[in-house]
Amino acid sequence: MNALISTALSGVFLMFVGLFVRNKQHIKFFAIAAIIISFIANLALYPTVQLGGYIQFGMIEVSKFSVLFNAVALGATLIYFLLSGSEFEKVGEHVGDYFALIFFILAGVSLASSFSNLLMLFLAIEIMSIPQYVLAGADRKSLKSNEASLKYFLMGSFSTGILLMGIALIYGAAGTFNITELGLGADPVHPLALCGIILMAFALAFKVSAVPFHFWTPDVYDGSPTVFTSFMATVVKAGGFVAFLRMFHVAFAGGAISHHWTLILSIITAATLILGNFSAVFQQSVKRMLAYSSIAQAGFMLFAVIAINQFATQGIVLYAAAYSLATIGVFAVLLKLKDYTFEGFNGLARKQPLLALATTIFLFSLAGIPVTAGFFAKYFVLSAAIQHGHLLWLVIVGVLCAAISVYYYFRVIMAMYFKQGDPEVEPVSGGFKAALVLTIILVLALGLFPNLLIGCL
Amino acid sequence: MLTVLLILIPFIAGLIAFGLKGSGPKVLGMIASLASVATAIGTVCTLQADPKKLSFVTNWIPQLGSQFRVGLDGMGTMLCLLTAIAFLLVFITIYNRDIERPNSFYGLMLLSQAGLVGVFTAFDALQFYVFWELALIPVYFLCSMWGGEKRIPVTFKFFVYTFLGSLLMLVGIIYLYFQTPDHSFSWTSFTSLQLSMGDQKWLFWLFFVAFAIKMPVFPFHTWQPDTYEQSPTPVTMILSGVMVKMGLFGVLRWLVPVLPEGASMWTDVAIVLSIIGIIYASCIAMVQSDLKRLIAYSSIAHIGLMSAAIFAHNEQGTQGVLLQMFNHGINIIGLWIIVEVIQNRLGIKNMDQLGGMARKAPRMAIFLVIISLANIGLPLTNGFIGEFLMFSGLFQYNHWFMAFAGLGIILAAVYTLNMIQKVIFGEGNTLTDTTTDLQPGETVALSLVVIIIFVLGVYPQPMLDLVSKAF
Repeated sequence: MNALISTALSGVFLMFVGLFVRNKQHIKFFAIAAIIISFIANLALYPTVQLGGYIQFGMIEVSKFSVLFNAVALGATLIYFLLSGSEFEKVGEHVGDYFALIFFILAGVSLASSFSNLLMLFLAIEIMSIPQYVLAGADRKSLKSNEASLKYFLMGSFSTGILLMGIALIYGAAGTFNITELGLGADPVHPLALCGIILMAFALAFKVSAVPFHFWTPDVYDGSPTVFTSFMATVVKAGGFVAFLRMFHVAFAGGAISHHWTLILSIITAATLILGNFSAVFQQSVKRMLAYSSIAQAGFMLFAVIAINQFATQGIVLYAAAYSLATIGVFAVLLKLKDYTFEGFNGLARKQPLLALATTIFLFSLAGIPVTAGFFAKYFVLSAAIQHGHLLWLVIVGVLCAAISVYYYFRVIMAMYFKQGDPEVEPVSGGFKAALVLTIILVLALGLFPNLLIGCL
Repeated sequence: MLTVLLILIPFIAGLIAFGLKGSGPKVLGMIASLASVATAIGTVCTLQADPKKLSFVTNWIPQLGSQFRVGLDGMGTMLCLLTAIAFLLVFITIYNRDIERPNSFYGLMLLSQAGLVGVFTAFDALQFYVFWELALIPVYFLCSMWGGEKRIPVTFKFFVYTFLGSLLMLVGIIYLYFQTPDHSFSWTSFTSLQLSMGDQKWLFWLFFVAFAIKMPVFPFHTWQPDTYEQSPTPVTMILSGVMVKMGLFGVLRWLVPVLPEGASMWTDVAIVLSIIGIIYASCIAMVQSDLKRLIAYSSIAHIGLMSAAIFAHNEQGTQGVLLQMFNHGINIIGLWIIVEVIQNRLGIKNMDQLGGMARKAPRMAIFLVIISLANIGLPLTNGFIGEFLMFSGLFQYNHWFMAFAGLGIILAAVYTLNMIQKVIFGEGNTLTDTTTDLQPGETVALSLVVIIIFVLGVYPQPMLDLVSKAF
């Protein structure tokens, strides 16, 4: 609740800051201050929910899970601002607006982690999506950016429509919007409820770019200004997942109905894993590779949605943190390079050892290699699926795909360390390096002691 | 605490080595490896006196029931000793070599040592998995940065292979974790599991594939000859001397005790695969003209015999394997040191271009003959007793298996003697005439190897006593 209020207010505040403050560096400092305040305001709720959550106005549930997830989202955004905040001004004039839009997205994310009413879910998804359409087209002079924005807007509105239809059908079956009282588990399954769930699953799958609803992802991620792709692929995607997870864990779990959607979601998951990983292998540009890698990683996060248990809830928080930190980090390094192809990384280790080391650790984390946060993230979602009992085939598909993912992540490492070259790198400031080291420390700390985060759950 | 020290010494030294310049890294490497050997010898003594002192437990991730749990039994102590000696031998041999970026090289070498010791001491499955991966990563960088021409694709294949294997093992570990009543990863909880036949049947493969890739057992061996050939020789020494033992160790520590019925159900399949590996690798070794590939294939054959003997499931076979793990490690490192010397002097490793080395480098020739003979298991060398025990174990299980595995010995003699003949005897050529004999460092390393060969060949009892100490 605090996160929602503070991020929404910060958004409004930054719009005004953008009007009155000319110095772009100062705007960035205001944004960083605002995100830190939101982060603290959000954590201030933690003591009150330690023993159990409560529902406010019948709309929003304040619980340990939502507080912790918001902390992850806000913390990742803080890292994002520290690493890439200076890149905003290269996109266009309206730096204040960009920051404001990011805060509005965060308001949507914090709503997605805590809704207890279908109306709030709808609002969360819309608040998250609309600023993104704007950000995708922020580079007004670039045709690709315009295309990305339009494509995203058309496809996004369409899927929102489907979501709304699903909500309407579920309302028809249950007679309430309150997700804890839907009671859809009865046997035989209400046909309206089943249709509603399927429509909602499809719409949410679109938002998290699961196959076969992923077609927008590579184009949008590739076309948008890189600095915004970084945010869209991480925090926003995690927000989509948390909505997905809450919906299915709270509202649709239990009873006969789970059998129906488990199979559908399993197939979507397997397709996402296979297609995402295989497509990423064939990319020539690191930015596009990261777009497909985000699809592939979505496959792993879907494990947590399907398997309804404690490991899944812990897993999604950890996965969101690990994946966001690593991807934001890789994008931050990518932004410093002129050439986005794999060859553009050739010889980076000689020229910028710290950047190369950081990228290596982030890619290890994405590949799920121990002692990085990504390992325990994968560990938790795999555990969730194994504990579920009937998903072992999916787990095997998952680990095979994880082995494939090593291929494209390691191509970057090979280019940096084992190939000769002289990459063009923009000057790197001391602040950037410090932020990079902080990110490395966080990734390693979560990789060694995941209980720092999940212990709070 | 000694056990933790075994991991910490190379780990900390490795981290420091990255920051050193000039001859700093190699001096540090030497000091660290000497300290490791001393600590390893200390653990051997402690194991005799008070084995309890070698265990160390502390909380790691309490929510998951995973603990940082290290301990040593006879097998672990023996492998830690082997690791320490192997790294010492490597560092002595390359002490006078010029290595590009020595700080990274020594840093990565020491980190891989820490990873290996971590694997051999882990008594918690999750921790075992973490170290299992960690040992691989420095080696990946070592091979890719300092290796031969085709190093990048070859090493990458090696990495993906082992990574896939370990992920399958991870699935197995998590599954077993959920079966334990107290939700714990500790070795004792795993071994006291009462799993149904149906579960053991497929769980066996999740673990076996991971270990078989590492050993490697036919048909999972395809990464190995290329990797050995392309890696820088110091790394090949570690790979073939110590790292392949991780696979055997995994079977002995985590597969057979945890899934006994699964293991006995698939025994015949595992042994047949191993024996195919022995014969197949030996046949290929006979027609190799590349020295490194020849030793690589001979290593597949030797490991195949050890893996077959493990699955024979009897006292003698297992004892033979434990003994042979140590001896094979020492012998093969000896062989690699000689290959390294030849490559260093002449820059080639093709046997057809070699010859007549005995005249120019008599000391090296003597060492090569002794180590080669030990490698094929001649009596009075360390290779003999282990092979004898393994064959007798296999014979008790099924004499046909023993007969086929025995073919490997004959073939080994063929290709090893052929190799000796081509390298050191015969006519020299203009290139081999330029060679010089061993330098002091190399002589020290090879002398250590030969001393171990003879001491353990004549009097293997202390080693037998050591390895038979169960946890």
